[in-house]
Amino acid sequence: MLTDVRALIGCYLRIALAGFHRYATYRQATVAGAATNIVFGLIRVGILAAVYTAQGGGSVGGYDLTTTVTYVWLGQGLLSIVEFWGGTELTNRIRTGAVVVDLSRPWNPQAALLAEDTGRAGFAALARLVPPVLFGMVVFPFRWPDNPWVPVLFLVSALLAMVVSFGARFLLSLTAFWLLDSRGVLGVYQVVSSTLAGLEIPLGYFPGWARTALWFTPFPAMLQSPIDVFVQHGSAVALLVHQVVWAVLLLSLGQLLLRSAVRKVVVQGG
Amino acid sequence: MIEATELSRSFRVTRKSGRRLRRIREEVVAVRSVSFTVEAGEAVGYIGPNGAGKSTTIKMLTGILVPTSGRVRVCGLDPSRQRIDLARRIGVVFGQRSQLWWDLPLAESFQLLRHIYRTPPSDHAERLEECTELLGLKGFLTTPVRQLSLGQRMRGEVTAALLHAPELLVLDEPTIGLDLESKQRLREFLAELNTRRRTTLVLTTHALDDIERLCRRMLVIDRGRVLADGPLERLRVEVGLERTLVVDLERPTAPLRGLAGVVEVRTETDGRRQRLSFQADRTTAAALITAVARQAPIHDVSVVEPEIDDVVRRLYARGPTTAEHPGRFDAPNDVLRAP
Repeated sequence: MLTDVRALIGCYLRIALAGFHRYATYRQATVAGAATNIVFGLIRVGILAAVYTAQGGGSVGGYDLTTTVTYVWLGQGLLSIVEFWGGTELTNRIRTGAVVVDLSRPWNPQAALLAEDTGRAGFAALARLVPPVLFGMVVFPFRWPDNPWVPVLFLVSALLAMVVSFGARFLLSLTAFWLLDSRGVLGVYQVVSSTLAGLEIPLGYFPGWARTALWFTPFPAMLQSPIDVFVQHGSAVALLVHQVVWAVLLLSLGQLLLRSAVRKVVVQGG
Repeated sequence: MIEATELSRSFRVTRKSGRRLRRIREEVVAVRSVSFTVEAGEAVGYIGPNGAGKSTTIKMLTGILVPTSGRVRVCGLDPSRQRIDLARRIGVVFGQRSQLWWDLPLAESFQLLRHIYRTPPSDHAERLEECTELLGLKGFLTTPVRQLSLGQRMRGEVTAALLHAPELLVLDEPTIGLDLESKQRLREFLAELNTRRRTTLVLTTHALDDIERLCRRMLVIDRGRVLADGPLERLRVEVGLERTLVVDLERPTAPLRGLAGVVEVRTETDGRRQRLSFQADRTTAAALITAVARQAPIHDVSVVEPEIDDVVRRLYARGPTTAEHPGRFDAPNDVLRAP
């Protein structure tokens, strides 16, 4: 029993490592990506700072200027961990029929993909989270956490954000079994999800009713939550619980949908 | 090893009706009440034209698809219910899909598979060494898969499917796109695996020489139904294909008609060479040679066996043996001529 559990963990750990390695292969792309994150960070800082200049300082949506700048750099860093815009691999594999290989292995396909995505996110944390945040810390005023547990909670929250985002993308990718091609669905999702997750402006800027409504969606859990944990905006426990609930919910739904896909639909290609 | 009883699978598809915005939903039956068994140690060729239901059957055997009706057991397990247990005991090669990690070196894919299949490290190392030796992988083990040639990749794919020592190896179009030498090498390896290791082989293919070289048994499927099942030699006799005796005579001779069992005579070079097509169940090559020798002095003889393609084409022309499904296959005229 114990050796079984060890082998199981070993298996998914290995897959995660392979995910890390896969993305670590493309070094130039990584450097280019991190540089792009920084450039867009500068643009966003410029725009959001103008909001504060216009109203003559103070705070907007519960954020002062320093917190807003910190929010921008954390967001730029988290972006590639959470991966709103990528993750079309599974859709493509379903569309081309290559998914039969994933379905013929002695593993849970969802768990295997999650493990691989975690490995990818691990690499992104090193190569894509650190540079913009470091840049922001050095060049701009930065909101430092006032107790040492905050960074730890932030990492846990970032991991949960990645799992929630994975869960949502996995669910949408599976629609390819029925729609034959879910690039349209994913395209719409990519535009909507990043805005509702608080990428362009902090969710604190949204009107009160919208903020309340968003709590009933997984979107804040994908980006705004880890940032708010770091800048200590709101209760960290509430934010983390919200993330856990959505992670469990989305993964379970994915598991169910996968099962019915295999039961009811065509696995394409000869 | 495999037991399929009345196995069926249908899909619901929608298609345009011709009228605007109207769509017709219909059931497409991909596999229709297929029954067969495969014993341990057999090598079976599963053949049929595109869309015959081969891949769908394979997906049901490996537990990827749930049958619409019927029963299937592989290694004594129910594939769709016990998919993961079964996956550890069988190997699958999808000729047109890769099970290797595109961005990673071949050797790393193999290591990953060891963990996924939970193969003991010593067993894994032993089998990997054997495959490396027999399939000649040494030169490209550290190359990322995306940089391999098709032939190299296929050797990698077959190795990947064998590292956990499966009892049953299912190959879906394993030789597709390979050059002659690579095909030959792969076939030899698989034949060896079947005879030495007693690994059961089931392979789908369009390349009929795969079957001829590898499989003692052939299962022919068309439109989701089994058309024929048996050893190639028996199917040859069953569909009544003629063997051909080619005789080279000492001097030009008139066509040798009227010999018992001969259905067709073709002459070349003024009758110096004559091709006598004969039915194997009515006469033998030896009897025919004797009969010819009585009429004209023979210089040389050879016997041409019917090609496997002809056997298959004839089977499609004949249609399934059951009366409820008349043969509707539009075969070329030359194979439709009555024997």
